[in-house]
Amino acid sequence: MATETSIASEPVIRCESVYKVFGKNAKRMMKECGGVVDPVKFREADCIVGVDNASFEVHQGELLIIMGLSGSGKSTLLRCISRLTQSTAGKIFIEGQDITSMGNRQLIKLRRNKMGMVFQSFALLPHKTVLENIAFPLQVKGISTKESIKRAQEMIDLVSLSGRENYFPRELSGGQQQRVGIARSLAIEPDIWFLDEPFSALDPLIRKEMQDEFLRIQGVLSKTILFVTHDFDEALRLADRIAIMKDGIIEQLDTPANIVLNPATEYVRKFTEEVPREKVLKIESVMDPVNPGDTFDDISVSSDAVIETVAEVVLNSRKPVSVVNGSGEVVGAVHASKLVSLLFGGHSKETLAQEALAQKTSDRAS
Amino acid sequence: MMELLRERKYLQFLLLIVIFILMCKLIPATEGNWLWRLPSLLAQFPTFIYESVTFLMEDWWLIDVYDPDINEYEQKPLVREITRSIAAAVLFMIELVREIMLGGVKTIVAFTSWDYVSDNEWAELPGLPWTVVTGGVAILGYHLGGIKLALFAGLSFVYIAVFGQWEPSMQTLSFVLIAAPMAILIGLLLGIWGYKSKTVANILDPILNVAQIMPHFAYLIPVVVFFSIGDHAGAVATIIYATPPMVRLTMLGLKKVPPEVTEAGRMSGCTDWQLMRRVLIPTARRDILIGVNQVIMQCLAMVVIASLIGAKGLGSNLLIALNGLRIGLALEIGVCIVLIALVLDKLSLAWANKPTDYFADQSFKQRHKHSLWFLGVFVVGVLLAWIGSFQFKEGFNYLNVIPHNKGITTEPFWQWGVDKIWDTFFYPLNEFNKWFIVEVLAPVKKAYLAMPVAATFTLAMGTAFIVGGIRSALIVGGYLLFIALTEWWDRALITAYLMTMAVLIAGAIGIVVGTLCAQHSTTSRMLLTWCDTLQTFPSFIYLIPVMMLFGVTDTSVLIAVVVYATIPAARYTVVGLNSVPASLHDAATMSGVNRIQRFLSIELPMSFPHLALGINQTVVFALAMVVIGALIGTDDLGQLILGSLSDREGVGTGLILGFCVAFIGLAIDQILRTWANQRKAALGIPD
Repeated sequence: MATETSIASEPVIRCESVYKVFGKNAKRMMKECGGVVDPVKFREADCIVGVDNASFEVHQGELLIIMGLSGSGKSTLLRCISRLTQSTAGKIFIEGQDITSMGNRQLIKLRRNKMGMVFQSFALLPHKTVLENIAFPLQVKGISTKESIKRAQEMIDLVSLSGRENYFPRELSGGQQQRVGIARSLAIEPDIWFLDEPFSALDPLIRKEMQDEFLRIQGVLSKTILFVTHDFDEALRLADRIAIMKDGIIEQLDTPANIVLNPATEYVRKFTEEVPREKVLKIESVMDPVNPGDTFDDISVSSDAVIETVAEVVLNSRKPVSVVNGSGEVVGAVHASKLVSLLFGGHSKETLAQEALAQKTSDRAS
Repeated sequence: MMELLRERKYLQFLLLIVIFILMCKLIPATEGNWLWRLPSLLAQFPTFIYESVTFLMEDWWLIDVYDPDINEYEQKPLVREITRSIAAAVLFMIELVREIMLGGVKTIVAFTSWDYVSDNEWAELPGLPWTVVTGGVAILGYHLGGIKLALFAGLSFVYIAVFGQWEPSMQTLSFVLIAAPMAILIGLLLGIWGYKSKTVANILDPILNVAQIMPHFAYLIPVVVFFSIGDHAGAVATIIYATPPMVRLTMLGLKKVPPEVTEAGRMSGCTDWQLMRRVLIPTARRDILIGVNQVIMQCLAMVVIASLIGAKGLGSNLLIALNGLRIGLALEIGVCIVLIALVLDKLSLAWANKPTDYFADQSFKQRHKHSLWFLGVFVVGVLLAWIGSFQFKEGFNYLNVIPHNKGITTEPFWQWGVDKIWDTFFYPLNEFNKWFIVEVLAPVKKAYLAMPVAATFTLAMGTAFIVGGIRSALIVGGYLLFIALTEWWDRALITAYLMTMAVLIAGAIGIVVGTLCAQHSTTSRMLLTWCDTLQTFPSFIYLIPVMMLFGVTDTSVLIAVVVYATIPAARYTVVGLNSVPASLHDAATMSGVNRIQRFLSIELPMSFPHLALGINQTVVFALAMVVIGALIGTDDLGQLILGSLSDREGVGTGLILGFCVAFIGLAIDQILRTWANQRKAALGIPD
C-alpha cells in the first residue's frame, strides 16, 4: 500500500542472513559449516535448523506475511526479529539498529516504545481484567494508572469491546480475547506490529470477521507489520508481500499476484494451484496495451482492482473496457474474452476435476 | 518357559513370591546370620552426627563478640551466634504480635531492659480486648471477601473467645502469623530460584522428596540443638516443615505458565523483575495459592508438635487434654485449631483474588471506610473493656479477655457421651478391640518381624525390578540398605506393618467409596469437597474420636491412620475415574458395553495411573500419621523419635530415625511412581 513512498528511506526491518539453530552445539556447528547449512549433518549433531539464511526487508507501512506450514520456522523467524529468541547468526536491523547485539536495557526500551505483538493463544494475563490487560504495557512502562487506564479505554473502543472492560479473559469468547490481545499490542502505539498466527485459533466465521477488523484497524493506523500464518488464503487476502517458508528457508518472497502467477519452486506451486486467480490478480496483469483506434466502453476500471471485483462489469460490456491508473490516465484495455478464459478456461482445478471424472467412469466401466 | 516368563509380568511376580516364601522358611533366625539380620554398621552414625553438630555449635570458627555486660570481647562460635540472632529476631516478632493481642512487656524490654520495665509501671503493652480483635477480623473479612467471609471469620473468633480459648489461641495465632508468611516467602524465593536455575532445581528436588516424607518429629531435634527450645524454636521447626510444599508448588506453577504469556510479558517491555512479579507469579497464582494453603495447613498441623519443643498455645493444651483423656476439652481445642486454619486460609485466598475498581472515583471516606470502621470498633471495644473493669469485680474482665477455662464449655456433654458409649458399648468394643489386636494385628506384626532381611530385600527389589528395571531395583535396595544397617530394622518393620495394614484398609475403602461416588457428578463433587475439608484438619485431630472409643491401643492408631489415609485414596479414585474422556464413554456405549463392562474394561485401566498415585499419597499420609500415633503409644520408629526428643544427645538418633521413615516412603514411592508413569506413557495420558 505504501511501498512506493518509502523505497528511498531506510527499511524498518532488515534481516541479513539470519540463522537460528536449536541445540547445544548450535554455535559450534554454525562456525564449522561456513554458511552452508546441511540439515542432515546438523541433525546428527543434535541440532535442529529453525531459520536458514533469511534475508529480506520490510518497509514503512508494509504488511509482510510469513507463510509456512507448521515446523517451517516462520514463528521462529518472527521471534528472532522480536528477539524473543536470540538468532544464532546474521544481523537484524530495526530502524537501522542491530537488535542482535542490543543490551537488555536497550531491548526493553525498544519494546516499550516501538513494538507490539499478538499471539496465537492470545496470551492474556488470566488474573487481569480486559482493561488491566490492555493497560499492562503502559503500566510496565511507568505511565500513571490514570493515564494508562484512559489510553486503554481508547484501545477498547478501537477494537469494539466497550462494555466489557471489567471482564476477565476466561469470560470472553476466542474472538473477543484476541481483540484484547490486539488492543494490548497497540496500546503503546508501536511502529512495528508483530502478529503470530493471530487468527489460527478461531472458528472460520470469526476468523473472517477478525480479518476484516484487522484490515479496518490497519487502514486507520498503517503500521509496519510482520504477520505469520499457515493459511495461504489469509496471506493472499491481507498481504502486501508474502514470504513462503519451508524447512527454515524462504522459498519465495513476492507480492501475492506474482506468487500465484510465477511460483518460484515446486513447493510454492502446490499452494498456488488451488487458488482462484480472479481473487488474487489485479486487472493490470490481464490488460492488453492500448492500440490506436480502439474504441472503449463508457466505463473504465482501475488498474489495481482485483479481477473478481470488476469481472461482472467487464463481462457485461460489449466493447473492451479501458484501464486507468491512479491519476486517471488510460494505461490499457481489458477484453471480456481474456477474462472468460481466465475464469473458466484451462484452469488446473477444472482439469483435475475432469480427470477425476474420467477416472471414475472408466472404473465403473471395468 | 523363559520366554513366557519374560513376557508375562504376573508370572514374574508369582515366581518372586515363591522365592520370597521359600527364603522366609529356609533362612534360620539366628544371631549373626547376615541373611537374617544385617549387622548394624551404622550404629555409630548417630553419635558421629551428634559430635559433629556439637563441634559445629561449640568450637568451630570462633569469632570475637562484644559483650556489653562485661564490657569486653569474648570468643564465641560463629554458628551459635548466627542461630542465636535468628532466634532472637523470630522471637521478637512473635512476641510483638502476641503482645498486641494479649498485652505484655517483652517488646518494651527488647528496646530497653527489664530494670526499666520494673521501674516504670506504665511501660506495658495493654493488649487488645477480644471484641476489638474479633471485630477487626470480621471487618478484614468483609473488606476482602464480603459479608459471608466477615460472618465466618467473626463467628469463628467469637467461638474461640466464648469457649475460653482466647489466650492459647492468640498465642498460637501469633506464632502462625510469623511462621506462615516466612515459610511462604522463603518457599517462594527458593521456588523462583529453582525455576530460574536448572542446577538449583536438581539440588532441591531430592531434598524436597525427603522433606515431604520426613516425619514431623524428626525436624524438632535438630532445631532444638541449633535454636534450643521455646516459641522461636517451634516457629523455626514449623517454617522448615511448611516450606517444601511451597517451593514445590511455586516451581510447578511457574513451569506451567504458557510460553506465549511469558513472551507477551517480554514484548510488553517487562524487565526481569516486572516479568516475575507482574506476569509469571500472578499467572502461576493457582498453584502458588495451593502452596500458601498448604503452608497454613502445615503450620496449624505443626502447632501441636511444635508444642513439644516449647511453643505456647493451643498445641500444648491439646496435648495435655489428650493425655488426661479429656476428650471434650480436646475436641473444643481441636475445633479452635481448625477454625484458625480455615479463617487464615480463606482470608489469604480472598486477599489474592481481590479485584480493583479503576473507575470508582472515591472520596477519602469511601476509600478508607474499612479502616474507619475498625477505628470505631476499636473505640467501642476499648470503652466496653473499660466499663467491664468496673462491672466484673472478681478480677475477670469478660469484655477484655475471657480467661482460660472460664468460658462456656461443652466438655461435660462430651464426657457424658463418652461415658455413655463406654457404658453401653464397653463390652462389644472391648471384645472387638481385643479380638482385633490378638487375632489380626499381633499375628501380622509377628509375621513381619519373622521376615529374614534377605527375603525382604528380595521382595522389594524384585518388585522394583519387575516394574522399573535394574535402576529402580538399585534405588529401592539403597533405601532399604540404609535402614537395614541401622540398629532399628525391627522397629522399621513395625512401622511398615502398621503402614501396610492401614494402606490396605484405607486403599480398599477409598477406592470403593471413590468408585461409587464417581458414578454421579453430584456425589463426586460432594466427595471432593469433603476430602478438601477433612484435609484441612491437622492430622492430630483424627486421634481424638478414636481414642474416645478404643483408648490408647494400636487399634486407635490404626483407625486414625486409616481415616486420615483414606482421603487421598478416595480423592484420586474420583479424579482418575472422572478424567476418562467423554468420547471414550460414548465409544464404549456405542460398542454396546454394559455398566460393569465399561467400568472393568475402560474406566479402571484408564484411571490406573491416578489410582497408583493415590495409593502413593495414601502411603505418605499413613506414614505421617503412624509416626504421630507415637504420641498415644506405639512401639515403632515414631516412638523412638519421640524418645530421642528428650535425649540430650538425641540429634543423630532422631535424624537417622527420620531418614528411616522417609526411606520407607521413598522406596514405595519409587515403585508406584515408576509404574504410574509407565502406564501413563502406555495410555498416552499427559502429565
